[in-house]
Amino acid sequence: MTKLKKIRVIVALLFFFTISLIFLDYINVIPSTLYEYVLWLQFIPSLTKFVNTLTISAVGFLVILLSVLFFGRVYCSSVCPLGTLQDFISRVSQKLFGVSYFNWSEEHKWIRYTILIFSILSIPLIGMFIIGLLDPFSNFGRILTNLFYPVIILLNNLLSSVFESIGLYLIYPVDIRAVSLAGLLISVIILSVLIVMASKRGRLFCNTICPLGTFLGFISKVSLYKIKIKEEDCESCGACETVCKAECINSESKEINFERCVVCFNCFRECPTTAINYYKQNLLVSDNTIQFKADRRIFLNKLYYIVIGLGSFGFTQIKIIPEKESTVPIKKNVPVSPPGSNNIDHFTSTCTACHLCVAVCPTKVLQPSILHYGLEGLLQPRMDYLTNYCNYECVECMMVCPTGALQKLLIEDKKLTQLGKSKFIKENCIVETERKECGACSERCPTKAVRMIPYENNLHIPDIKNEYCIGCGACEFACPTRPYKAIYVEGNPKHLIAEKPPAEILDKKIDYEEEFPF
Amino acid sequence: MKRREFFNKSFKAGVLTTTSLLFGKIPNLLAFPPDKYDLVAIKGGEPDVMFDKAIESLGGMKTFVQKGNTVVVKPNIGWDVIPERAANTNPLLVNRIIKHCLDAGAKDVYVFDHTCDSWNSCYSNSGIERSVKDAGGKIVPGNSEKYYQQVSISKGKRLKESKVHELILECDVFINVPVLKSHNSTDLTISMKNLMGIVWDRGYWHRNDLNQCIADFPSFRKPDLNIVDAYSVMMKNGPRGVSKSDVVNMKSQIISTDIVAADAAAAKLFGRDPQDIEYIKYASDMKIGEIDLSKLNINRIIL
Repeated sequence: MTKLKKIRVIVALLFFFTISLIFLDYINVIPSTLYEYVLWLQFIPSLTKFVNTLTISAVGFLVILLSVLFFGRVYCSSVCPLGTLQDFISRVSQKLFGVSYFNWSEEHKWIRYTILIFSILSIPLIGMFIIGLLDPFSNFGRILTNLFYPVIILLNNLLSSVFESIGLYLIYPVDIRAVSLAGLLISVIILSVLIVMASKRGRLFCNTICPLGTFLGFISKVSLYKIKIKEEDCESCGACETVCKAECINSESKEINFERCVVCFNCFRECPTTAINYYKQNLLVSDNTIQFKADRRIFLNKLYYIVIGLGSFGFTQIKIIPEKESTVPIKKNVPVSPPGSNNIDHFTSTCTACHLCVAVCPTKVLQPSILHYGLEGLLQPRMDYLTNYCNYECVECMMVCPTGALQKLLIEDKKLTQLGKSKFIKENCIVETERKECGACSERCPTKAVRMIPYENNLHIPDIKNEYCIGCGACEFACPTRPYKAIYVEGNPKHLIAEKPPAEILDKKIDYEEEFPF
Repeated sequence: MKRREFFNKSFKAGVLTTTSLLFGKIPNLLAFPPDKYDLVAIKGGEPDVMFDKAIESLGGMKTFVQKGNTVVVKPNIGWDVIPERAANTNPLLVNRIIKHCLDAGAKDVYVFDHTCDSWNSCYSNSGIERSVKDAGGKIVPGNSEKYYQQVSISKGKRLKESKVHELILECDVFINVPVLKSHNSTDLTISMKNLMGIVWDRGYWHRNDLNQCIADFPSFRKPDLNIVDAYSVMMKNGPRGVSKSDVVNMKSQIISTDIVAADAAAAKLFGRDPQDIEYIKYASDMKIGEIDLSKLNINRIIL
């Protein structure tokens, strides 16, 4: 039965490496149109996308549910990249600290169901905050984007320098424009937790913290086929228990807690006989489930207070932090959400903060937020116009979003989607303070919503026509005043449609025979 | 050598020179030799054809590029727009210039710009990356601060120091290839304004009297040749432009070693008086070049 294990490993590596590749593809070798196929089966993004967009193409999660209904949590050891990451950690630690074996352990049912129910109940209150924080795919994405991506860039730049030192411009250096401390911190915490848990106890994370693991485990109670030990064929060698990274095999009582089983087939390979195998189940409800219902009632009671408590905490958080204090402070009341997010409420309740858009954004204007959207939007990407501005010709973030938080817009529509409006603070402007020309804002404006109009002493000063402004932030980024900007973008809570900039044809006739004017 | 011998030989050499001057090709002496033009203006052709003719009238590219030289060609690649929008230098012209440099024996021809929009999109969508590679030049990045070296600009009035791309500091020949465009606050962007793409901190210029900084920079390093692309000219909404309707097909080109003269001529071509373009006037006041075109020997070519 080693064949199943081999197939499982190949599938797992395939998912792990393709997903890693799209997160770390900093020069966009892989077309972003392919991303959705790679991510199609990722459960929480797929489910979120389905609920929010009701698109038929987003039914990857149904395939997973079906697989669980048949064979249990196949997802956890094959499709889930965070699961495979834990297997790597476990592998490495075994190599480093000598051979260690797994042993049957009691389950932490109370903890994992609390987390699951808590996450689900929190959705109407604080959106995808808890789910996003615990979703294995999003965590994997954040670890790659915030920890590994910068390392890849540093390696790239090192190599680039080496080549350039011998006069070859083979590899271009890439600027690390911003490092998100919040993103970095969360990723370090999660990775540390994973290292501590996985190095000794295998898939403890999946069976105590991961709400998806718990949910799929719950479904697997009614799986058609379950892995069991056939007592009459068992030689009681105990080999299966020592290789079970879910610690769900009790070789003495010959029982397997299938709810916790991540279907890695390690035991299949290890078993000297064929005692351990899939067995078809009686579909009638078992005693187990009834017992759980009783448990659940107790949890719900306790959870009610916790959820309400945290929910109100979420609401009392300051939603806005002023950018800077100054004589003329910039007070941004609404953050700018990425194109395709349509409106901020929808966005924050749909985004799981996997940071794939942050990773692919070519200008890095997309940065993880801290409390810009409030607590429920922690780490969700926002347009950070101090880092860069949104490329007028680009739709990458919308192409790759796996949850539907960013919905696809055609490039023509994106160019007219108003994320926010530019605001001008004359008192901070060079033209006003220095009485000299500047025009850096208007220079970069792709729609000329920011124009320079005549001002005192033959100067030119910015003037904003908000009907043409799309809130791309080029003006804010380019504004050279320090430390306070003289122009900034105020987000639209709901994105609007801008007017198409006028295109008057110039009736200038050129006579190519005419003499030069000098 | 003895004194008498020296006189003898000097005398013979003197006679030889005088006779050859007297009986040599006299018409050549009366006309300006090809390398004596201060400025060449040409119109009515495609960018590459115009450049061929114009550079020929200056004695060919070998007048400027010696065998084994390292050359930097600096077009405007500032914007992520297609060539038809004329926000960037015409790629066909860039291609032609590089070929001329290589034919003249240049060792390497580098091309870069410190772009405004996302640099790799600018390089590819402007068509310039392709045209450079096709011509055999090397397109190199200008997006990282590490390429820029601090220099002091002693003659600058407002701009006293700046970080300049190392290739500009190291190269033997620096060829400036701006595109003539309208500009929202400096009125026009031509040769001098194009030099903002070889420094790192453009924001400093904007903060500290933009027009004066633009005039100050050439006091540090003047390009060896300025080739103003006025084939398609953005008449309004510059420097980025909004649509193709901003562009007029002028089919012109101006070449000069004098950066102020090149800008003055280009301004006139655009329909403006160079005296009204602040930085051209400042640069002229600083004696960086000649603003008065009547003082120049101009070769005007209409194809």
